[in-house]
Amino acid sequence: MSTDHCLEVRNINKHFHDPVDLHVLKDVNMHVDRGEFVSITGKSGCGKSTLLYILSTMDTSYAGDVVIDGQSTAGLGGESLARIRNQKIGFVFQFHYLLPEFSVLRNVMLPGLKLGAKTEQEVEHRAMELLNTLGVQDQALKRANLVSGGQKQRVAIARALINDPLIIMGDEPTGNLDSHNTEIVFDIFRRIADEHKRSLLIVTHDDDFAKRTDRIIEMDDGRVVG
Amino acid sequence: MRLQAAIAATILRAKLRQSIVAAIGVAFSITMFVTLLGFMNGLNQLLDGLILNRTPHIRLYNELKATPVQPAQRALPGEHFIRSVKPKDELPRIRNATAIMQALEKDPRVLAVSPRLVTQVFFNVGTTDLPGQVNGIDVEKEVAYYLFRDYLVQGNPEDLATGDNTIVLGKGLAQMMETGIGDVVQVTTPQGERTLLRVTGFFQSGLADADKVQCFVNIKTAQTLLGEPASYFTDINIKLHDLLQAPAMAKEYGRRFGIEATDIQTANAQFDTGTRVRTTISYAVGMVLLIVAGFGIYNILNMLIYEKLDTIAILKATGFDGRDVQRIFLALSMILGMAGAAGGAFFGFTLQRIIHHIPFNTTALPTVHTYPVDYNPKYFAIAIVFALATSWIAGWFPARKAARVDPVEIIRGK
Repeated sequence: MSTDHCLEVRNINKHFHDPVDLHVLKDVNMHVDRGEFVSITGKSGCGKSTLLYILSTMDTSYAGDVVIDGQSTAGLGGESLARIRNQKIGFVFQFHYLLPEFSVLRNVMLPGLKLGAKTEQEVEHRAMELLNTLGVQDQALKRANLVSGGQKQRVAIARALINDPLIIMGDEPTGNLDSHNTEIVFDIFRRIADEHKRSLLIVTHDDDFAKRTDRIIEMDDGRVVG
Repeated sequence: MRLQAAIAATILRAKLRQSIVAAIGVAFSITMFVTLLGFMNGLNQLLDGLILNRTPHIRLYNELKATPVQPAQRALPGEHFIRSVKPKDELPRIRNATAIMQALEKDPRVLAVSPRLVTQVFFNVGTTDLPGQVNGIDVEKEVAYYLFRDYLVQGNPEDLATGDNTIVLGKGLAQMMETGIGDVVQVTTPQGERTLLRVTGFFQSGLADADKVQCFVNIKTAQTLLGEPASYFTDINIKLHDLLQAPAMAKEYGRRFGIEATDIQTANAQFDTGTRVRTTISYAVGMVLLIVAGFGIYNILNMLIYEKLDTIAILKATGFDGRDVQRIFLALSMILGMAGAAGGAFFGFTLQRIIHHIPFNTTALPTVHTYPVDYNPKYFAIAIVFALATSWIAGWFPARKAARVDPVEIIRGK
């Protein structure tokens, strides 16, 4: 166990109790290094998404421990976990999940404002920079529900990056995109890993996508198999 | 908290129509509450004023009655059976009135002391005589403390105060005699003296029977009429700083001056009760309106939370904790409540103004031409505080529910 692991998972077990008892994750152990671009693949229902939500600290009903940046999250309260999510984890989902009431810029800014480490002007400046690097700066003042799918996903990535997190997690972030946009998103992820030394942990169905990442964690029936 | 409030405001702006409906619910209830209480209390004050303005808090007078201890009893101790005792032939004057008045003026609890001379008279109209009651008054004090001017439908009090042998007739009496301003009426006193008095105004108290009998002259004229000296008074009217002390002080004065004393509360007990019942009913109705508005907010917030599950999940996924979410929805509720309160206060005031301009003419109230309204800011304060409290409670339960939303369930459910 080296301190270079920004995310480490020890002996995770999880059961679903409804409608019948189901052992979804069985003794899962894994880790992600700093600056590593990792993908998790596996069949539907193998537990890869479930694992991701445990890693994200949103799902807390499991046995075992998740260590983020050297800090164990077992037994932490909702507030502490929220702070960890806010500060150290960035999320990208399949269905983009922007807040439709807010402008694109505001969507990117919200986690930064919540963290409160910078002034509103600084957060706005940083958000504009990110939108710039991702090529969606011209959409900044539009309402989030008015921009196209590929652009939404880029905005969501910008939002994930606003607090300079240690690790970006994605639940099939390209699952809903055409090949052109998938390519764009992959390139962005690659750049985040290579240039910014952020770790990425992406759950995906797409084998081509997975093959181009640094490492593939394959899951089957609740176990890590490779 | 500012960030949460800003998020709440953005969510509301996106749901403008629903938000406006919820805020209108609150605004409507505050409008009705403020209007109802303002109007109801305006009426209360008006009706109470009918009596309170015109009535002294304590009235001192001398009642003609037989001496309770008869001379025979004093002369020969023991049991006596004396029947058919009659009062002595004396005047209903207050003895030593000037000294009593001086003593009263010095009492710090007393606001004003004004003497009266009340006597029965006949008005000679052609071959018939109409009974009447002449009140000799200190015009200046009656104007200052008993709103005499408000009840004069014609003429002004200065003419009555300065003129010799001038009279203000009750409206009903004047109509019976068919007299106008400047006409001269002939008056016969109980002693049989006849005097001519010039009419300078008409008086309308709102009590038709009283207006057929009552009339007013200045006190000097009344004394001249009866051929009595300047110290002759039959009543002393007292207005106090604090109305509630009246019963106790009436007893005290009765003992101290050896005189009859009645107080306003004993004489008009039913008014207080009526006022209290009306006020209670108004408050009850108003509170019900505000609570109903609270349920409106509760419903809309509950709906909003189901529509905004995605938003809640996203906020939580990006680092907002349950407390933040709860604050956002509580802020939502409070924004609706405050917007409603502001609108309600505005429309309430507008409606009060409108009601205050609706014509309301009744012979009983000569000075009132529109519906009375009490613009007391107290009602606005109560309504706003209660509305905010209701919104807080109505928002708290849905907000707690929102705080407990499990983001994983929402995100994976897609």
